[in-house]
Amino acid sequence: MTPLPSTAGDLPVLLPFRVSRTRARFTLGPVRAWLLGAWLAGLVLVMPALAQGPDAVLSPLQVILRWAPLLLTGFAFNVAISLVAMLLGTGAGVGLGLALVSEGPILRRVAWGLTQFFRNVPWLVLLFFVMFLVPFQVTVFGLRVPLPDWIKATVGFALPVMANVAEIVRGAVRSVPATQWEAAESLAFTRRQTLFRIILPQCLKRMLPPWMNVYALIAMATVQASIVGVTEMLTLTAQVHAAEGGRPELFAPLYGFALLCFFLYCYPIDRLTARLERRFETA
Amino acid sequence: MSRVPPADRPIVQVLDVHKAFGEAEVLKGISFDVRRGEVVCIIGPSGSGKSTLIRCINALVPVTSGTIRVDGIEVVDPKIDKLALRRKVGMVFQQYNLFPHKTALENVMMAPIHVLGQDKREVEVRARALLAKVRLAGKEAAYPGEMSGGQQQRVAIARSLAMRPEVMLFDEVTAALDPETVKEVLVTIRELAEEGMTCLLVTHEMNFAREVADHVYFTDRGVIVEHGPPETLFSSAVDPRTRRFLSQVL
Amino acid sequence: MDAVPNWFRGLYETTGYNFTVFYDPYDWDRYVNGLKTTLLLAVTTILASIVIGAVGALLQGGPSRFLRGLVNGFVVVFCNTPPLVQIFFFYFGLGTLLPATQTADGLRVPLLDNVQWAIVALALFAGAFNVEIFRSGIEAVPRTTVEAAESLGYTRLKAYLYVVLPLALRVCLPALNNNLINLLKTTTLAYAIAVPETLYAVKQIWSESQNVLEMMIVLLATYAVLVGVLVWLMHRWERALRIPGYSR
Repeated sequence: MTPLPSTAGDLPVLLPFRVSRTRARFTLGPVRAWLLGAWLAGLVLVMPALAQGPDAVLSPLQVILRWAPLLLTGFAFNVAISLVAMLLGTGAGVGLGLALVSEGPILRRVAWGLTQFFRNVPWLVLLFFVMFLVPFQVTVFGLRVPLPDWIKATVGFALPVMANVAEIVRGAVRSVPATQWEAAESLAFTRRQTLFRIILPQCLKRMLPPWMNVYALIAMATVQASIVGVTEMLTLTAQVHAAEGGRPELFAPLYGFALLCFFLYCYPIDRLTARLERRFETA
Repeated sequence: MSRVPPADRPIVQVLDVHKAFGEAEVLKGISFDVRRGEVVCIIGPSGSGKSTLIRCINALVPVTSGTIRVDGIEVVDPKIDKLALRRKVGMVFQQYNLFPHKTALENVMMAPIHVLGQDKREVEVRARALLAKVRLAGKEAAYPGEMSGGQQQRVAIARSLAMRPEVMLFDEVTAALDPETVKEVLVTIRELAEEGMTCLLVTHEMNFAREVADHVYFTDRGVIVEHGPPETLFSSAVDPRTRRFLSQVL
Repeated sequence: MDAVPNWFRGLYETTGYNFTVFYDPYDWDRYVNGLKTTLLLAVTTILASIVIGAVGALLQGGPSRFLRGLVNGFVVVFCNTPPLVQIFFFYFGLGTLLPATQTADGLRVPLLDNVQWAIVALALFAGAFNVEIFRSGIEAVPRTTVEAAESLGYTRLKAYLYVVLPLALRVCLPALNNNLINLLKTTTLAYAIAVPETLYAVKQIWSESQNVLEMMIVLLATYAVLVGVLVWLMHRWERALRIPGYSR
């Protein structure tokens, strides 16, 4: 293949690719989103009402209204888990990310291996891993520290966050032009100083949208904790369903309510992320 | 110049064309003719509607009112057979002309095969000849991303010629190129003109217009301000807008 | 090939590490069937989600405002709700509302079984993300390139097929591959509705044989290999479709 000719005066071949988020362009703003959510909620509640028999005890809407406070506390617990997992994972992830861009080849390889491992394994499998292999209590300096299920689950969620944040850090550091490194080196900065004083501050803006994206993913993933026995919103939903007699027509409204809660929480985050992305793109 | 003299009946007729994008009127009543074999250059400041005008002639942009006729085809008719029109009219653009996922040869061969249904081997022979004609023999297997801008534009010209048009439209084809490559494209266009192809160019290349064009139109803000043979227009323009523009670019 | 099972039996006897999968034919069968189910889920949902993405992207750029709004609503809802809850909603919520037949004993047989509902839910979930990815790819094709195709005589449909789609696909391939790899990982959620895929099979094995650690290692290694193979395939595909001179 012939070497590429000089780029001066050349016509570009194709526009750059950026995954544009649907909502940012199609004006499904927060107000319309809540309307859409309300419409979906209505749909989900009306459908089973049509299938209801004449001797129904409580209509789906009444069931939801009755149990909403409980389910919402469950949802708050999900949010809490996601926040703690995000905190832990981000801390560990930044460290791992810095290891990914370090100069020492062994450290880099080990960090790369860890990142790939925790990124490639399904999150549910990681959850099982932590739940089943971490003991239910540890003895530290003679003190018995119980590890309840939800703490183990939070750690289980923090692991993929760590790997994803490490990737984000690595990508952001590498996207800073080499000229910045050269300029810092010619000013006699050490590599560590360059990284912390010059490169990373520039990276923070770039890292924010993908980081928020990871948070949205984690927030939605917390429901998987119900599979391993943690009492969160989905577990409560199943219990509510049983408490209401296990009627099949209540499935759709109850799970629809869960969908609605997550939608109303995650969609504004998503829009904010899109807005930040656009702002940092043009900056 | 040994060139086939233009015939008398116009091959392109533009009559009182208006074009508005929403509230903004871009073309405010353009009328002119192009005779067969003629080379016509349209010059003017940016925003004067030149690119829109050329796109209207090729039915890429619908007109708001007015008539355009190309060799008897009513371009503004909504039920027009676009394929018939585009067989007669070839167009070369300023940027992103070529299909980057195909080689130069494939780019030239694509339309006759997919659109006209012609036999692949015949088309290949013709395509190679066209690439040789634009002085790109040996570049058949190169991709657009591996070629300079000037080379890409010449492939684009060869590609349009593969459809055997009777009129060629050029929309500022050298504006994005650097000076060395501009020349090679202009030489190609000049050779086309000397073979008798009817050419309609929107261009900033005043020297080219002066040497090759039969007629030059100066547009500003959607109207033709002044027109004439290049000798007259460039040396003794009448309208003050024309003179101001020419003094800036010459 | 008795060497492998014997070695693992020996390993159990000497060290206590009990990899039953490799020497017990019943466990082995369950594990392999689990793998097959995972592969079935992965392949069908990948293909279906690609089709959903392509159709959705097409409709998103179409003239009908109603269809555009429908696709936007679909994308917005499926991208911002947890896939696990979506699976439950489809299997329990919709599954019980749809008509059903009955077996001879009077047991209710729903229209779609759990594997099929899992495929539907996962395909829609990944399809929603694919719609955005495909649409971004289509938008990366410059207008002039489309105009150049039209001025050569291509109709809108032919220009779409021969010029826009091939270019859009090549451009959005890395993002698409990322999404498909995530889809492979998301198939584990089918566990929650008792689909006998790999995680389910392995959990059954360790529940009975009490060898959680060993089976966990097998499970992690399995998914590492599955995802690794898919990543490799995607890289090959990307390399085959690369546009020379694009990513300078």
